[in-house]
Amino acid sequence: MVLSKAVPSSSHDASLDCTFASRYVRAPLPRFKLPEESIPKEAAYQVINDELMLDGNPRLNLASFVTTWMEPECDKLIMAALNKNYVDMDEYPITTELQNRCVNMIAHLFNAPIGEEETAVGVGTVGSSEAIMLAGLAFKRKWQNKRKAEGMPYDKPNIVTGANVQVCWEKFARYFEVELKEVKLKEGYYVMDPEKAVAMVDENTICVAAILGSTLTGEFEDVNKLNELLTEKNKETGWDVPIHVDAASGGFIAPFLYKDLVWDFRLPLVKSINVSGHKYGLVYAGVGWVVWRSKEDLPDELVFHINYLGADQPTFTLNFSKGSSQIIAQYYQFIRLGFEGYKNIIENCMENAKVLRQGLEQTGKFNIVSKEVGVPLVAFALKDRTYYTVFDISENLRRFGWIVPAYTMPADAQHIAVLRVVVREDFSRSLAEWLVSDIHKVVQELDEQVKHVTKVVTTQVDITARGGGTDGALVHKSEQEIAEEVITYWKKLVSRKKTSGVC
Amino acid sequence: MVLSKTASESDVSIHSTFASRYVRASLPRFRMPENSIPKEAAYQIINDELMLDGNPRLNLASFVTTWMEPECDKLMMAAVNKNYVDMDEYPVTTELQNRCVNMIAHLFNAPLGESETAVGVGTVGSSEAIMLAGLAFKRKWQNKRKEQGLPYDKPNIVTGANVQVCWEKFARYFEVELKEVKLSEGYYVMDPEKAVQMVDENTICVAAILGSTLNGEFEDVKLLNDLLTKKNAETGWDTPIHVDAASGGFIAPFLYPELEWDFRLPLVKSINVSGHKYGLVYAGIGWCIWRTKEDLPEELIFHINYLGADQPTFTLNFSKGSSQVIAQYYQLIRLGFEGYKNIMENCQENAMVLKEGLEKTGRFNIVSKDNGVPLVAFSLKDNSRHDEFEVSEFLRRFGWIVPAYTMPPDAQNITVLRVVIREDFSRTLAERLVLDIQKVLHELDVMPSKKDIDIQKTKSVAAAWKRFVEDKKKTNGIC
Repeated sequence: MVLSKAVPSSSHDASLDCTFASRYVRAPLPRFKLPEESIPKEAAYQVINDELMLDGNPRLNLASFVTTWMEPECDKLIMAALNKNYVDMDEYPITTELQNRCVNMIAHLFNAPIGEEETAVGVGTVGSSEAIMLAGLAFKRKWQNKRKAEGMPYDKPNIVTGANVQVCWEKFARYFEVELKEVKLKEGYYVMDPEKAVAMVDENTICVAAILGSTLTGEFEDVNKLNELLTEKNKETGWDVPIHVDAASGGFIAPFLYKDLVWDFRLPLVKSINVSGHKYGLVYAGVGWVVWRSKEDLPDELVFHINYLGADQPTFTLNFSKGSSQIIAQYYQFIRLGFEGYKNIIENCMENAKVLRQGLEQTGKFNIVSKEVGVPLVAFALKDRTYYTVFDISENLRRFGWIVPAYTMPADAQHIAVLRVVVREDFSRSLAEWLVSDIHKVVQELDEQVKHVTKVVTTQVDITARGGGTDGALVHKSEQEIAEEVITYWKKLVSRKKTSGVC
Repeated sequence: MVLSKTASESDVSIHSTFASRYVRASLPRFRMPENSIPKEAAYQIINDELMLDGNPRLNLASFVTTWMEPECDKLMMAAVNKNYVDMDEYPVTTELQNRCVNMIAHLFNAPLGESETAVGVGTVGSSEAIMLAGLAFKRKWQNKRKEQGLPYDKPNIVTGANVQVCWEKFARYFEVELKEVKLSEGYYVMDPEKAVQMVDENTICVAAILGSTLNGEFEDVKLLNDLLTKKNAETGWDTPIHVDAASGGFIAPFLYPELEWDFRLPLVKSINVSGHKYGLVYAGIGWCIWRTKEDLPEELIFHINYLGADQPTFTLNFSKGSSQVIAQYYQLIRLGFEGYKNIMENCQENAMVLKEGLEKTGRFNIVSKDNGVPLVAFSLKDNSRHDEFEVSEFLRRFGWIVPAYTMPPDAQNITVLRVVIREDFSRTLAERLVLDIQKVLHELDVMPSKKDIDIQKTKSVAAAWKRFVEDKKKTNGIC
């Protein structure tokens, strides 16, 4: 005879509970200290997954240039490579070979002066920040060696760029102790002026950095002109100052859309170029590339040879261990898309940027600050900033799910504030049309609010003018003055504090 | 009437990949191809080439995690399109990083109040973490020297010769002199006494390693702290300590809680640890924690509004994936203290099994210690006929990747093989490895030594040449 037991609640098997029935969703998530006990993996997965629902949707994040969609086949490759530590070159020779192939392809894309089967000099990095630091280091070391050989002081290196540079250049300057000489912008001219740049060059300049695809407006700087002017100055002074092109965004746009634009190694003074694989290279965040013109442009003393993992491995990177997924994904994109694929995608982006631009122009409320030639993005400013700013629009767009950033220009144009929408591969035309219509809505709402406040203030003023003040003293201010006071106060409440320092 | 086409003219896009022309073409290596190819073909081709890479889980050279639970894989895949640096757009992900920093800071006994936010940052690995820590020391020291009106152009850092290459990188790239305490046979870590002797007024910090790369040993940070405190009292130089706990940081708190090596020692100002080693996350994450705000000069921190709102940042990298940060938080709450402890204890157990198996062969000296990172470093008792590099080579045929390498100066005559015991190296694998090492030894025993071969070859060549010369009756002459 089988005795059946009644199950008292104290012996209830907690492991049977579905996650939302369990105690794990009642406990607050640990924030400061490592919890003492383990929890089931399903619970850990669920609580984290649920919290992350409150993050923004990456695909609606129009602030970022960084890729947010890849084909499922590529996702499969990425997943399979998650546990491969890229730096183990001896253990993963194929993965290492794939990186080398990418470097070669990019070098050829940028017209590096190498033979058909010659290996290019370059490296995969975690992003353009690391790439720029490596390039800057190479310039600094070359310049120091040259000055030492000449018996001249080498303690005050500087680099000349535009004030529109991304923050990683400022990081490079600050962390590697190089002075940053910035060419100031001005209203209407938001990139580095080649003439002013060359005027700033002196004997301590390790290089001049030009941007192909300015972060702020997507414009391409005139590298060709810079090369000409700098060549002349070099001849006069004998200083031999080189150029670096920060093609983080533009490097995977110009070769496909603007083949005749001369900006790369076709210009003799360009010694290194960086590009972000994770922007228009169409790979998820975590891969960048830097390519040098030739071996001579990368001082050998910066390259390390280690046998930590069992065989000789030459390496010039700041990071050591990192995942292999993005490198494999970059190679996938190169062979999957080829030249025609990249071209088609960028052309689509430009088309959709045009749709967006025209939609915004039609509202009559905005000035378009970005140019049509350059990175596919639309930067726009309000024509009338009296009652609300672009920061208000940005804030209100969030309610519709869109993330559209607003920011001020760097010196000397810091009175200009813009909204910027980056058009990525996965920003289709229908999304562009939705965005235009939502911006319309937001602007209309803000206009309505302004009218409402003005109405309220006017009513108040009427009451006051008719002697409604409690202390009996009459305040004789004009309607206009009072309205302006109220609106200024309201504006201050709502507008964002802007920090300077564009990255 | 429908005209049917013969199969060879059918739409190329319906061909299965291995029937298509794409597997007949050689893969582009130097130039981007002109045309696109179908995504299935791209996937297949790359996947197939990668089959020739080593198997990450049999890669016993690496400390870096090679296995995670499927639930975590799911979270990682979902986050692969999130750019970590967009803090304003992804506030929860940013918050998860902050929680990890707090938990790790408390694990290392940082002097914080219960709800006080720790000072630290997530990085791509310990290399970046060490560069940030080194930068902070360098800047603090420079500021101090400037105030004192003393020269600040020759900073140096004192470490052992056993440091991982990222310290040498830091020194070379950031123009700091590296003063290395040499090792000696039998003593493969930094000697605290010798280190403190090397400290001078230009020393920005002394770096100790918790879990030496070569043999897993923990350096005696407490002794270093005591000796350095004395020296600081004599000289007034105030030289601080950094602990490179890349491997040891997620081992010592669980296996050796009484070992004092962290912020409990007053001179320790910053610590780095690799999330992707015993933090049990895939490659791509490290952590750097500072003792207090004062130890991280404000001028190194950047404030940007690039993406629309103020974001303070102190990292070398900018854009990067969010997956590993989320995975680290997953591990911290999924495992908790007991989970990490259990895993480390298992690793230690399996390391003992391997060690004892190797000792039983009678052919090896064990170079690693029992206390420290769970790894086994061993060298041949007799390497006159065959050396450790050959053992390593032969083991590859069985699928194992076991590296062999020479010790740094002044012990470069010692060569070791090193097996790192990771979470996913179970006892059965340990026993298999011992068996396979025994097989390799048998094979090598019956093979002629390379050196024997060389001597025979040299003898026969010399004999032939001698005959040739005698025939020609050459004059004698030294060559």
